Amino acid sequence: MIEIKNISKSFGERLVVDDVSFVFEQGKTNLIIGESGSGKTTIMKLMVGLHEIDKGEILYDGQNFPTLGVKDKQEVRKKIGMLFQGGALFDSQTLEENVRFPLDMFTEMSPEEKMERVNVCLEKVQLTGKNKLYPGELSGGMKKRAALARAIANEPQYLFCDEPNSGLDPKTSIVIDNLILSLTRELNITTIVITHDMNSVVEIGENVLYIYKGKPWWTGNGKDILKTTNPELLDFVFASGFMKEVYNAVKGK
Amino acid sequence: MNLFFHLGRYFLLIKRVFSKPEKMSVYMKQIVHEIDNIGISSLPIIAIISFFMGGVITIQSAFGFTSPLVPLYAVGFTVRESMLLEFCPTIVCLILAGKMGSNIASEIGSMRITEQIDALEIMGINSAGYLILPKILGGVLILPFLIAISMFLGIFGGYVMGVATHACTSYEYIYGIQAFFEPWKLYYSFTKVITFAFLITSISAYFGYYTHGGALEVGKSSTAAVVYSSILILIFNFLLTQLFLT
Ligand SMILES: Nc1ncnc2c1ncn2[C@@H]1O[C@H](COP(=O)(O)OP(=O)(O)OP(=O)(O)O)[C@@H](O)[C@H]1O
Ligand SMILES: [Mg+2]
Repeated sequence: MIEIKNISKSFGERLVVDDVSFVFEQGKTNLIIGESGSGKTTIMKLMVGLHEIDKGEILYDGQNFPTLGVKDKQEVRKKIGMLFQGGALFDSQTLEENVRFPLDMFTEMSPEEKMERVNVCLEKVQLTGKNKLYPGELSGGMKKRAALARAIANEPQYLFCDEPNSGLDPKTSIVIDNLILSLTRELNITTIVITHDMNSVVEIGENVLYIYKGKPWWTGNGKDILKTTNPELLDFVFASGFMKEVYNAVKGK
Repeated sequence: MNLFFHLGRYFLLIKRVFSKPEKMSVYMKQIVHEIDNIGISSLPIIAIISFFMGGVITIQSAFGFTSPLVPLYAVGFTVRESMLLEFCPTIVCLILAGKMGSNIASEIGSMRITEQIDALEIMGINSAGYLILPKILGGVLILPFLIAISMFLGIFGGYVMGVATHACTSYEYIYGIQAFFEPWKLYYSFTKVITFAFLITSISAYFGYYTHGGALEVGKSSTAAVVYSSILILIFNFLLTQLFLT
């Protein structure tokens, strides 16, 4: 479980995250949604300490992360798996080496065990047999999936995913959503997913935080989001004409 | 003001670079890789430059020493002194600052802007140590060998070209390069080389590591890396020369 309490962050004069509190529950998929530029990635980076918070607390199972020393922070981070919005794969390493990297660094596994773990992870993200390719030889969606494989390689306790299914077709997108959901259940981990994808919100959004201009605007279950009366959230959810039509059709209008 | 900011941040970075590594075996592999990447790959350019510079210095000295008062072995002697004391340790390192500096800064800089460094940090890895230590150690280990090869090829180039152009005779040249040899001068030369290797790798890594923004800034970082490594090589060349030769 990760709890954030009243966190704020400004870049220069601009207040980007404004007094956000939320509880990201263990064993559940916690979603952060909001329009582009609303501060979702910034919240995630604050939580893992890539940006420093101006105010507030970030509690990893009760431990206040920002106040920890360098060594203790590293210990917490070894339990974190993170998928960056841009993938952040190591360019100089093959896919296999990328996924094996956390295993090389932090485990005493034998080469065979590592290889097996790598192949299992690659299979989960549907990249079987692509072991020897370099990131430069992958498509955008493949990079995303490869980065997810790296994030889950060492069985993290906290999994952060910044838009795991952007750039993926609807079918692969569902595979990835289901993968994230099943990992969360199986390993009983705390999973935080940033997404724009309304399908994911409804399918895997067990605990949703809607951010509007850096402020927490709505929280609840993904299934309830369609019943919301919050005007900004309605705008966000039904931004696409397609969603609107589906909604109206279902309502029988 | 700006200078103190950079100096402070540079020393803080160096402190992080030399803190205890996570896993020695991974670092050893990285060092070997860097020796190959920044060292061995520079060998062809160093070989060509040294050979021709040795040759040209020989011809120039022979051309200059026309007075009967200058002994004939002076040509070999001059070539040896200029190669060992200045050309190989300093000029070749300046050339390497261009090659290695831009290579290191742009590699680390592009890792920064594509969040690869953040990814390392998130995993709980000391990114400064992981990325920079192998480059510094690799550079400091391999550069003395490269420069030794450069010295040998420079003097050899002088011999080949001097004899081929009849600038001097084989006997005079070989006598010259052995005349009045003082071994301690090699300490001076190799102290310089090791210092310069540290300067090039650490300064370039510093500029790469603190790149902000996009591809444009990576270009700027690698320019800054080359400029500042070169300037510091010149300053330390002066300081070390004062220290050893006076
Ligand atoms: N390092 C930074 N320095 C200055 N401003 C920043 C920085 N990072 C983000 N911002 C600003 O903070 C705001 C929120 O950015 P953020 O990346 O969190 O948005 P986001 O919700 O993740 O958007 P998207 O869905 O497009 O990824 C933006 O206006 C952005 O310009
Ligand atoms: Mg984002």
